[in-house]
Amino acid sequence: MSKKQAKTTPQERPLSPHLQVYKPQMTSMLSILHRMTGMLLVLGLVIYTAWLACAALGLYVYMDFLGLLETKLGMIAMVGISFAGFYHFFNGCRHLVWDTGKLFEIGCATKAGYMVLVLAIITTGGFWYLLLN
Amino acid sequence: MTKMKWEKGGLKTPIARARGLGSAKEGVKHWMAQRFTAILNIPLTIWFVYQIFNAGFDVHGMIPVWMNSPVNSGLLILFTISIFYHAMLGVQVVIEDYVHNEFLKIVLIVLQKGGLMLGATISIFSILHLAHGF
Repeated sequence: MSKKQAKTTPQERPLSPHLQVYKPQMTSMLSILHRMTGMLLVLGLVIYTAWLACAALGLYVYMDFLGLLETKLGMIAMVGISFAGFYHFFNGCRHLVWDTGKLFEIGCATKAGYMVLVLAIITTGGFWYLLLN
Repeated sequence: MTKMKWEKGGLKTPIARARGLGSAKEGVKHWMAQRFTAILNIPLTIWFVYQIFNAGFDVHGMIPVWMNSPVNSGLLILFTISIFYHAMLGVQVVIEDYVHNEFLKIVLIVLQKGGLMLGATISIFSILHLAHGF
């Protein structure tokens, strides 16, 4: 290896992606939201397991568990997790469409993104409105 | 900045190093499994949400009858397996993307997989218990 080559061989290349230099965009924000809702849904799985286990442990334990869910914190968690579920569901469908190679045009991707967000909000609202009435 | 592991190549020429760093030739299975469980999750989730919606907050009243149906308990077990498997694959990708310490990465992946496997086991055991009990 010549001296010149050795000098120009980059040793410390920047690691991509440098998220902080990008302007926040609809598509990138929704992509991050997909991951965050996925993580929140893991908490949902913990509650799901607790729900089934408490039911199996008998009526008294189960009633205590339902009491816990009906506290303010429990309700906030349930509404948050249900939104995460609806969002992850619809955006997951968007991802599956992408896997077929469709919907990649910037306009389409953004439009579908708005649709997913609106759908998630409407279904979460509708679900809880109908459930509590 | 610390050197990446492929930069500690020693005596190898850059082209030799590059040749040794081809595709990992794995990962397709993970990708396919994530999509497969995602597709399976669609009808199962619709079914699950519909059932919860029907039961409302009176879940305890309907559990004995509902769980006794093999269709219901069977679908709930399938839902559990598919959802937990999908979660395992998803959390793994997130850890792989954000945790750069090799040791910590492996520890976290093992922990999350173990934890989710435990959750799935408890869930399925509870479903089977409820299907036979009461």
